[in-house]
Amino acid sequence: MTSSPSTPTAQPAIEFASVRKDYLSHGEAVPAVKSLDLAIAQGEFFSLLGPSGCGKTTTMRMIAGFEDPTAGKVFLAGKDVTGVAPNKRDVNMVFQSYALFPHLTVQQNVAFGLERKKVGKSDIKRRVGEMLEIVSLTGMERRQPREMSGGQQQRVALARALVNHPRALLLDEPLGALDLKLRQQMQIELKRIQREVGITFVYVTHDQGEALTMSDRIAVMNSGLIEQLGSPRDIYERPATRFVAGFIGTSNIIDGRVSWSDQGYAVLEKGPGERVVVPVPAGVAVGRDIEVSVRPEKIDLHRTLPGNVNGSLLSGTVTEVVYHGTSTNYTVATTAGSDFVVFDQNAHDAEDVASRGERVFLTWAPQHSYPIGV
Amino acid sequence: MDRVKRTLAPYLLVLPGGLWLLLFFAVPMVTMLSLSLQEGDVVNGFVFTGHWQNYTESLADYQTQLIRSLVYGAITSIILIVLAFPVAYWIAFYGGRRKATYLFLIMLPFFVSFVLRTISWRMLLTDDGVLLHPLKAAGILPDGFNVLGTSGAVIAGLVYSFLPFMVLPIYVALERIDPRVVEAARDLYASPMTSFRKVIFPLALPGVFAGVLMTFVPASSDYVNSELLGSSETTMIGQVIQAKFLSNSDYPSASALSFTLMAVLLIGVFSYARMLGTEDVMKVAAR
Repeated sequence: MTSSPSTPTAQPAIEFASVRKDYLSHGEAVPAVKSLDLAIAQGEFFSLLGPSGCGKTTTMRMIAGFEDPTAGKVFLAGKDVTGVAPNKRDVNMVFQSYALFPHLTVQQNVAFGLERKKVGKSDIKRRVGEMLEIVSLTGMERRQPREMSGGQQQRVALARALVNHPRALLLDEPLGALDLKLRQQMQIELKRIQREVGITFVYVTHDQGEALTMSDRIAVMNSGLIEQLGSPRDIYERPATRFVAGFIGTSNIIDGRVSWSDQGYAVLEKGPGERVVVPVPAGVAVGRDIEVSVRPEKIDLHRTLPGNVNGSLLSGTVTEVVYHGTSTNYTVATTAGSDFVVFDQNAHDAEDVASRGERVFLTWAPQHSYPIGV
Repeated sequence: MDRVKRTLAPYLLVLPGGLWLLLFFAVPMVTMLSLSLQEGDVVNGFVFTGHWQNYTESLADYQTQLIRSLVYGAITSIILIVLAFPVAYWIAFYGGRRKATYLFLIMLPFFVSFVLRTISWRMLLTDDGVLLHPLKAAGILPDGFNVLGTSGAVIAGLVYSFLPFMVLPIYVALERIDPRVVEAARDLYASPMTSFRKVIFPLALPGVFAGVLMTFVPASSDYVNSELLGSSETTMIGQVIQAKFLSNSDYPSASALSFTLMAVLLIGVFSYARMLGTEDVMKVAAR
């Protein structure tokens, strides 16, 4: 039961083998998922993250059995389930709009799956009771879904799926309809429940914050393909593509040509005294064009030229200053890009802020530059 | 001043419709009620005498027709549920962008007069008409076989006349079902049949209920179908009432029968609502 999430065990819970999915639109095949090879480990909290139309929901619906792949195969616990009806698959889904049965009580909603599986009456009662306790809905058995708040309905949907002990739980943007406070609360709750029941969670979301907070691994999808697959830290710190760098958090992306390189670092000259220093693997030759990503919170903003800079240095003019409470966000027009974003923690003297139009200097350590796709 | 206007506004809005109802519904009802308790004849005029025997006598004379009407109405409604549900289901779930067109097609017969439609049925079903003649000529049906004049012909006509009134409410109920809810049932191990039985049908019940109301009541009191497609063996209570009013000028007896029919239908409808627990069903539908 306690398999380490990041090292897949011999038998993945879910596996996609060269899966493609086309939709017919006006007699033309439009690809929703172009080519998918993926193994999701037993007990893992796995997120499919991407903008709308990237194929993440289609991918999830192929696990549930609501869509069949145009080509390729889907495996659940090593068993080929391609073409198997949804009611014959050992996975359950939490729908975006909850999709509770409006004519049934909470008790009846949660018992629905167990009744179909012909579980004994007393067993059903016990398991429903236990599950309602896990999602903190004890005492609400006789309520109708419409008498409950969004957060409570969400828990019913979760209980209704989890009570069946599925091999995997599929969650389709389950927190989308909740307000921010409740959403953050439910994120923690979901993670707790997942640890408690030890079931594989596949989580579909377009909210990168949500994915970063909860997941063991994330697959970032874009136009029917996985752009990057890795831990939240991997994806944030080492974006594999320009798309990932831009989609996950805020990134400053610098295009440039390697001027010279030394001991695993490449330097991109950006003007007199200005440069971007980036760690690169061996074999990145002088003259090569590369893209470098740097996160706004890693950059230091100086009002006077700092001496003895070890790393990157750029100068520029402040074009926007936005006060955010915990930080001040600057937009700076530099030689390496016209809208460089810098998050400056408001840890220092509150009066010491640069103003619009002021000339400033940006510096960051070499290891905070990341070469995309090198 | 504004406050007065605001309190008055709802009443003013109701006023035209209210007056209309009062004039053309309440007044005739009261007139009819009084008529049903009068005695006399057309020549010498009718006098109010509280003659309640109008009720017992007419009921004794025409209970066969009354019961026959209720049976025809009930059979019609049941056949309609069976016929209309698949049609409504198909339009609601597979109609795609053409839903409105299909609904329009269902309504299309309404653009032709009720009487004309029934007369054309008569021409279809007649002994040597387009339907029966070829079958008889081919020896598939015996020469003496006839459809016109039987209960079957009347009920078939009623079913045809009221089909849209069953399709539309069921369609509306089905159309409101969130497809994700059906998917949820499938996800929770329900076969397509079980999903239908446990989720789709219960959620469509309010529509079926409304459809039964909208077909059973008018079908039971219909007089055109039996007149044109039936025989003396299929006479319905509506025909009796019509004949008493328009041919025999026996107004008190006709009024008494009308009220008896209304009372029976109301009792039927209310006990039906009770039985199905419609209030709960309606609440679900109104969520």
